[in-house]
Amino acid sequence: MTAYILKRVAIGIVTLVFASIVIFAVLEVMPGDPARLMLGINASADSVETLRRQMGLDQPLIVRYLHWAGGMLTGDFGKSFTYSSPVRDLIIERGVVSLPLALIALFLSAVIGIPIGVFSASRRGKAADTAVMGVAQLGVAIPNFWFALLLIYVFAVWLRLVPAGGFPGWSTGIWAGLKGLILPAVALALPQAAILARVTRSALLEVLGEDYIRTARAKGLPRRRVLLHHALRNGMIPVMTILGLQFAFLLAGTIIIENVFYLPGLGRLVYQAITQRDLIVVEGIIMVLVASVVFINLLVDLSYPLVDPRLRHAR
Amino acid sequence: MKFWKTALTAAAFVLATSGAVLAARTDLTLGMVLEPPHLDPTAGAAAAIDEVVYANVFEGLTRIGSKGEVLPDLAESWTVSEDGTVYTFKLHSGVKFHDGTDFDASDVKFSLDRARGAESVNAQKALFAHIKDVAVVDPTTVKVTLDEPQGDFLYDMGWGDAVMVAPESAAGNKEKPIGTGPFKFDHWAKGSEITLVKNPDYWGKPVALDKAVFRVVPDAAAAVPALLSGDIQAFPNVPPEAVAQLKSDPNLKVVIGTTEGETIMSINNKKPPFDKLAVRQALASAINRKAIIDGAQDGYGTPIGSHFSPADAGYIDLTGVYPYDVAKAKEYLKEAGLPDGFKATLKLPPTPYARNGGQIIQSELKEIGVDVQIIPVEWADWLKQVFTDKDFDLTIISHTEPADIGIYSRPGYYFQYDNPKFNDVIKELSRTADQSKRLELLGEAQKILAHDVPAVYLFELPKIGVWDAKLEGMWANSPIQANDLTQVKWSD
Repeated sequence: MTAYILKRVAIGIVTLVFASIVIFAVLEVMPGDPARLMLGINASADSVETLRRQMGLDQPLIVRYLHWAGGMLTGDFGKSFTYSSPVRDLIIERGVVSLPLALIALFLSAVIGIPIGVFSASRRGKAADTAVMGVAQLGVAIPNFWFALLLIYVFAVWLRLVPAGGFPGWSTGIWAGLKGLILPAVALALPQAAILARVTRSALLEVLGEDYIRTARAKGLPRRRVLLHHALRNGMIPVMTILGLQFAFLLAGTIIIENVFYLPGLGRLVYQAITQRDLIVVEGIIMVLVASVVFINLLVDLSYPLVDPRLRHAR
Repeated sequence: MKFWKTALTAAAFVLATSGAVLAARTDLTLGMVLEPPHLDPTAGAAAAIDEVVYANVFEGLTRIGSKGEVLPDLAESWTVSEDGTVYTFKLHSGVKFHDGTDFDASDVKFSLDRARGAESVNAQKALFAHIKDVAVVDPTTVKVTLDEPQGDFLYDMGWGDAVMVAPESAAGNKEKPIGTGPFKFDHWAKGSEITLVKNPDYWGKPVALDKAVFRVVPDAAAAVPALLSGDIQAFPNVPPEAVAQLKSDPNLKVVIGTTEGETIMSINNKKPPFDKLAVRQALASAINRKAIIDGAQDGYGTPIGSHFSPADAGYIDLTGVYPYDVAKAKEYLKEAGLPDGFKATLKLPPTPYARNGGQIIQSELKEIGVDVQIIPVEWADWLKQVFTDKDFDLTIISHTEPADIGIYSRPGYYFQYDNPKFNDVIKELSRTADQSKRLELLGEAQKILAHDVPAVYLFELPKIGVWDAKLEGMWANSPIQANDLTQVKWSD
């Protein structure tokens, strides 16, 4: 078990080092001069050159990489070219929006998706199953930004229950903050819930076909107990994998939803930073996202043995 | 339906308390598409910086008014020497920066020396290029000496890039701007909104608003519901495609104004075959401005025939110099020795006017046998490839700086246009302060460009503002990129 954990952790660290090299290299070859971008087309060449020097862009590539990578080890992500504030602060500021949003959406996705999947599997082939899976299919197909606009028109413009967008900040109170996140979380969660429902259903159906289920039923266990106790636990492995992937997606891939609701999240920050060639911000955010994906995958990997005892003795 | 609406609203009433309307409203939330990268107008070209701080937080010696006129600001008056090289400014007394420090002549010297110095990262450093010396005469008098007359000097000092800053706070202005204006910077929730509050110690006429919030709404699809729901009460620059939906709401006012944004199809004038006048004339004649305005701008925009805003004094309508005429365009091509046309690339930055307009131009030029290949580029790539490396044939871009006809005489500018006659006119213009003489020279410059076609002039970008019908004092036009809130108030 310890060896298993250590191996997983080591893989994670190697991934991070490798990722930092790739991220830095790829962004450095991207065309575009951050200094010229900031000063615009009317600026004189010497102003641009001065700014380049002030931003440290005249240093050799390898020096800048070591400086950046070394700084990250001590929690210093550098200073944003455009915002001229520490990248770490920017990431934290945006993270307090993106992380709760991702968690709420993930929670909604799980509490909606998994029960529907279980229900559908238990009614396999019946009308209810077909109907529910039809709706789920629709949920997968509907683009979330379209669904988001629909939610805005109903709940913000028509009923005026929640703001049409924006995030007032947690300093205005938990409830005000949550109010700003609830529509985007729903818009994000529903397609994910639909995917989760389908995965749960097929995972369960696979398990339900196994011999030990038939044995359990044969020895007289009630249907319900077999389904929830014996089948579901075994079927959780693919569901947990999907949940892990979904969390990574929700944390980083929410840029469209963030635009529709003009939320100040990480997705928008990275998009903005890319268009402004604020390379150090892009590099910092991507590293944080890579690190969180690695971390989540590690958690998922480590939790498999908890769900499936057989894995506790493997490797 | 009705029942559900009532029931849901009633249920929500307990939860939502934000809808309460006060009698005399003194707050305003404005929407803006792009967030400023920082808030120091003397260290960046992003229009969004000035859109927040100009006239609100920072003030200059002079300022630009809503019609593009030069007004006194921190300088209450000035005198100009006979030869036009010495400007003596008399400053308002009792002016304080937001951090409590005094504003006086030494701050003027500091601000101007900082903007023109060796370590300056001012995006418009050229405005200060002729300043030879800034001398403090007494605390409220400052003398600026130029090395040659600069005809537009008072206008130039009204730019956002020329605002007055204090030595104590200048380094921190990007994050926490400290100016002398009627609004103070309050806080900035990055990615979300910037809040300004009324400056109680303002030296001039106090403003009516207590609080102004600039909220970032990057998407047109999001701007519409934000305005309809009242979350945002003013959107000074709305994308054209959002207008139709907003017009139908009687609580909102849609105001179409003008900007200083000449939208042009720039030509690489040194690259064959564009070095031939007849080729450029062919391009100009083959392009139908109206079709582009209708197709790319939903009909909003004013056709232009030269690099000059129809809103500015001295404007001449030159759209008739090369009217849309396909037969004539083919003749020009024959004259150029290219009767069968040629191949060219058109690099398009990501703005909708460029991407949509480019497709229309592509199909129009096909009519005369010019085979245009569209290359979409990101803004950073545009700056690198087109603007810096001059690696392009044609491109579409809006030049949004005010009064910028002089860019055609800049050596090494990306148009690669070099016309000694035009350069002479601009040189003379820059030394002339007499208004009627200036207008004459500006007219001449416009005509040279219109006939010589260093770029195909398409249209002036409109300023489409949408705000609450009860809001007064918003700028209809955009003589500079700013949201001057000093006159804004709610009618009851």
